[in-house]
Amino acid sequence: MEKSYKNKIFVLTEFRGEKFHPISFELLGKGKEIAEKLEGELCAIVMGNHVSRDSCNALIYYGAERVFLYDSQLFSEPNVINFKHNLVKLVQEEKPDIILIGATHFGRSLAPRVAAALKTGLTADCIDLEVDEKGELIQIRPAFTGNILAHIKTKTKPVMTTVRYKVMNVGKMDLERRGSIIVREAEEPIERNVKFVGKYGVRKLNIADAEVIVSGGRGLGSPEGFNLLKELADLLGGVVGSSRTPVDEGWIGKEHQVGFSGNTVKPKLYIACGISGSPQHLAGMKDSETIIAINVDPSAPIFKVADYGIVGDLYQIIPLMIKEIKARKVNKS
Amino acid sequence: MALKIIVLIKQVPDIEKVRFDVETGRIDRSSAPAEINPFDLNALEAAVQIKEKVGGHIIGLSMGPPQAVSALKDAMARGADEAILLEDKMFAGADTWATSYTLAAAIKKIGVYDLILCGEKTVDGDTGQVGAEVAEQLNIPHVYYVSRIVDFNEKNITVVSEMDDASYTIEAAYPVLISVTKDVNKPRLPTLKDKLRAMKSEVKVWHASDLDGFVDLNCVGYFGSPTNVHKVVIPQERYRAGKIFRNLDEGLEDILNLLRDKRLI
Ligand SMILES: Cc1cc2nc3c(=O)[nH]c(=O)nc-3n(C[C@H](O)[C@H](O)[C@H](O)COP(=O)(O)OP(=O)(O)OC[C@H]3O[C@@H](n4cnc5c(N)ncnc54)[C@H](O)[C@@H]3O)c2cc1C
Ligand SMILES: Cc1cc2nc3c(=O)[nH]c(=O)nc-3n(C[C@H](O)[C@H](O)[C@H](O)COP(=O)(O)OP(=O)(O)OC[C@H]3O[C@@H](n4cnc5c(N)ncnc54)[C@H](O)[C@@H]3O)c2cc1C
Repeated sequence: MEKSYKNKIFVLTEFRGEKFHPISFELLGKGKEIAEKLEGELCAIVMGNHVSRDSCNALIYYGAERVFLYDSQLFSEPNVINFKHNLVKLVQEEKPDIILIGATHFGRSLAPRVAAALKTGLTADCIDLEVDEKGELIQIRPAFTGNILAHIKTKTKPVMTTVRYKVMNVGKMDLERRGSIIVREAEEPIERNVKFVGKYGVRKLNIADAEVIVSGGRGLGSPEGFNLLKELADLLGGVVGSSRTPVDEGWIGKEHQVGFSGNTVKPKLYIACGISGSPQHLAGMKDSETIIAINVDPSAPIFKVADYGIVGDLYQIIPLMIKEIKARKVNKS
Repeated sequence: MALKIIVLIKQVPDIEKVRFDVETGRIDRSSAPAEINPFDLNALEAAVQIKEKVGGHIIGLSMGPPQAVSALKDAMARGADEAILLEDKMFAGADTWATSYTLAAAIKKIGVYDLILCGEKTVDGDTGQVGAEVAEQLNIPHVYYVSRIVDFNEKNITVVSEMDDASYTIEAAYPVLISVTKDVNKPRLPTLKDKLRAMKSEVKVWHASDLDGFVDLNCVGYFGSPTNVHKVVIPQERYRAGKIFRNLDEGLEDILNLLRDKRLI
């Protein structure tokens, strides 16, 4: 017998190149939790080019009961209009109550278009989603450059949300779980579209994925300072980050920038070197598990969020740290 | 050739000065001076650079309270030829859907345009949704996270859009909406002469009645908004050990222990 559900929850996965972006599984994790509370059915939507069936099965193992699969070259690039057209059509047919989309650049470009087309509300960049006693979704998001958390409610259906990467837990994989994969034909929209004419600078680094980040700011004084930070980062299995100043100065690429107009990160360890701790920088890193700050100025605001701080010149402190770490590594082996 | 460019401008509080009441979660906007949203300065600068190359007409468009006139005067000092403020009690309390609906209505009334430029996001509402929602309501394409304007001519514009996996070069025919990041340019400061000229120029104010025929008043402001802010909380900062060392020798032992606990060394 068909199971009956009181609600339907859609998760838009992101299929890139040959695999799913990890946000897809985080969305399923949260989606499953909400589905359980609301007696809802969890569905995953896949729009990609050359998507294997195996990879869709993984979505079922992580909680999807139905997978809507669109496999077409229309989705080989992050062309928002192609995605919007097909997603809006599916939503109009299936009438989900809730739609979760990743707050990646792609998701944040697509979701508002879909919401506007459906004349429904959209909440941006959520860091938590709760179901209240009325069964309504409370969407929690930072605003005012990370200074406040707003709780947002949506009056219209579907309730749409973009969810920040790396804040939701991936649920348990269950290889016994069964579900259905429904193949849908992708439609090419007739509306006017943009033309993708080139692609370059394929990202090697997604700083948000790093467990350890050693970041430098204006206090480095010159681009060469990053060589020192790199040495420390390598020893700790981490990557180099930056405040905005060195990026604007051209000392380092913008993919390294942490903060309000850069990346939001939440590593196990964040080491801020020669960074004052402006509100815009803190907005991107203050949720890190542990923060170490190195700064010559004892009144620098970065010390307010630091677990450990050392007042002093980074050019004296970091070489010493490197020396000690190397010494211990040698002793161990 | 002369392009008609509309720049979307929001007035925001200076975020480094604004005060928050931890108890009530209230945001005290009067505690900070208001200014043009920083990313909108990049959008305006992009418009001015295009105009300098090929000629054109720039309209600054904002929805906001009466005080937002000052942001639009600032925009005129920075190169906007014309400025329109959408101001009405009925527009207050709008979420991004209702904001974009109202802005789109005004743009329909403006009628002819080639390019709409806006900022990546604001420093207060911080959703980054208004641009794409405006584009959808106008039924024109949009390109987000634009870090570079590569080229333009009378028919189309070529830009670089920063997506998660790579940078994409995108060619778009007008009309199109483009949202820019801070990397697209370095906004110039207006000269004293520009400021004086702008002070004397007029900002047009359009009320709800001026958008007659372009809006359904059930769709604007608080009552037209599908989302609302149910509650605001000032987050409890995480507990931090806050061990600050003035000399490295003391600190180093603790830090090395920490690295060991975290299995990093
Ligand atoms: C809309 C907007 C968005 C922004 N987005 C971001 C963003 O995403 N990320 C970001 O970081 N900023 C951002 N900013 C900029 C932000 O306001 C600050 O200007 C910036 O963070 C300052 O960078 P900094 O800490 O490296 O430099 P500074 O504030 O100049 O600090 C340098 C610090 O180095 C210390 N120092 C100097 N020499 C040494 C030494 N030898 N050893 C140790 N310490 C030393 C100094 O004491 C000082 O505290 C944004 C601003 C705006 C308006
Ligand atoms: C704490 C808080 C949280 C909120 N969360 C949400 C939410 O999750 N979802 C939601 O729908 N609404 C939300 N809102 C309402 C939203 O902030 C307002 O609708 C606001 O008018 C526009 O959104 P924004 O500031 O996020 O703009 P963004 O979408 O971040 O702005 C992008 C660009 O659009 C242009 N623009 C934006 N607003 C205007 C304007 N008024 N006039 C001219 N151009 C403009 C600017 O060029 C700007 O750079 C929230 C409001 C608050 C106070």
